[in-house]
Amino acid sequence: MNQRILMKGNEVIAEAAVRAGCRHYFGYPITPQTEIMHYMAHRMIEAGGVMVQAESEVAAINMVYGAAAAGARVMTSSSSPGISLKQEGFSYIAGAELPAVVVNIVRSGPGLGGILPAQGDYFQATKGGGHGDYRNIVLAPASIQELYELTVDAFNLAERYRMLTMIFGDGTLGQMMEPVLFREEEPINRPDRPWAVTGTQGRREHNTVQSIYIEADDLEQVNLRLQAKYHEVAAQETRYETVGCDDAEIIVVAFGTCSRISRNVIRQAADEGIKVGLVRPITLWPFPEHILDQLSQKGHVRAFLDIELNSGQMLEDVRLAVNGRRPVHFLGRMGGNLPTQKEILEKIREIAGRS
Amino acid sequence: MTDYSIILAGFGGQGILSSGRIVATAALLEGREVSWFPSYGPEMRGGTANCSVVISDEAIGSPVVNEPDVLIALNGPSLEKFAGQVRPGGLVIVDRSLVHQQPQRDDLRFFAIPASEMASNLGNMAFATVILLGCLSRNSDCMGREAFEKALYEVLPERHHHLIPAEMSAFDQGVAFQAAT
Repeated sequence: MNQRILMKGNEVIAEAAVRAGCRHYFGYPITPQTEIMHYMAHRMIEAGGVMVQAESEVAAINMVYGAAAAGARVMTSSSSPGISLKQEGFSYIAGAELPAVVVNIVRSGPGLGGILPAQGDYFQATKGGGHGDYRNIVLAPASIQELYELTVDAFNLAERYRMLTMIFGDGTLGQMMEPVLFREEEPINRPDRPWAVTGTQGRREHNTVQSIYIEADDLEQVNLRLQAKYHEVAAQETRYETVGCDDAEIIVVAFGTCSRISRNVIRQAADEGIKVGLVRPITLWPFPEHILDQLSQKGHVRAFLDIELNSGQMLEDVRLAVNGRRPVHFLGRMGGNLPTQKEILEKIREIAGRS
Repeated sequence: MTDYSIILAGFGGQGILSSGRIVATAALLEGREVSWFPSYGPEMRGGTANCSVVISDEAIGSPVVNEPDVLIALNGPSLEKFAGQVRPGGLVIVDRSLVHQQPQRDDLRFFAIPASEMASNLGNMAFATVILLGCLSRNSDCMGREAFEKALYEVLPERHHHLIPAEMSAFDQGVAFQAAT
């Protein structure tokens, strides 16, 4: 396949996972991401893998835990309410230091909420969700092509750091179609997994996968090791994209669907003589605080504008990074609505004092 | 071309979602950037279906369309719901066999084609949307005939490929349709 083909976001995630060597998928249906499971149902048979429709989200994440412990490339996917149910499993996977990929195609909440797109699970994804001092790597794609690239990357990151890696999309990205170009073949370089419970066959001492440590000193050592790992991830794997920030007076910070809409406003604003740049976090954790810190110290930058499909969650991270040096404004939509280019442009005019 | 956006709307089962997909595929084959976005929200429960297609020479921002350049409506409620959102000077194409009202605006290019009747004469009701897409092709530059035909081969399952020559005749009838009013 050397041409771009039109595919639905959810199906691209599933296809990317299979190409990345994922042969175990456990899920439970929920709109707007059910096509992932639907696609896996036939694709895993072709690929010689396993797709199980579990009896619940809790069962699915614990099947992931088991397959990951055995060293398999494994994935589950869900949407907001279903992800809430999986959080206990995320914490155990973090404690046991297992690699796994989880997809959250976020819908609007709280509660059962609605099935339309939102980014209201930012806190849950980046600040914990489950119990204990742990982190997940959280990747935020903004296009169908990037859903493919980042899903492949998610498996590699998960195994490199033995961490749960989350694809954080929203209903728009899951449901929309856009062209995607697949590489002919996906190079799969998996690290050795001497920790996996694969049966000793009499050759070695048995491995143990656990998250329980009764002695305070033992558990503190585990936590220190986890924190050291998280620092390394933050140093090595923080990703973002910048557009037109070199001379911008207003910097928009937005990820996923909001970043796509914002990007198209930059030129419109330039036509009116307002220089707008965009910082698009690609990793939500680790958060690209460094670039925002740097930009907030530039003379040409007058203000920041954070745009999200929630009431202002990443906004807190932006404010921490900017550290009071510049005003940080906010534009958010909720309930499944998206901001329009017009709405964003009006907000930019207001900040620039042109309204 | 800057963003050119289309809303296709009607009842579930009229081929609305796949028609949008064919238009998007045709534009992609012509080298454009495209997006397709289905209504997967609560409106589907009422039995209506719609999708948005955006065609552009640049990366597309929002796949959700608020002010379409084109509305293709296959039932009355869809015309009522979306006609007010179409950009001034925009194109509205309806299946006159199913839609008996007109948009309450005079700043639109309006085509009312008896598509279901024409499709019935061609012996296949499913061709109604294809006739409307022929009209779209004639009155916009979002896709040409050749790309449309190629897109049919890409999007339709192989078991339906034998119907494509007949679909192209239907398409040509849509291209040839002249507003009678």
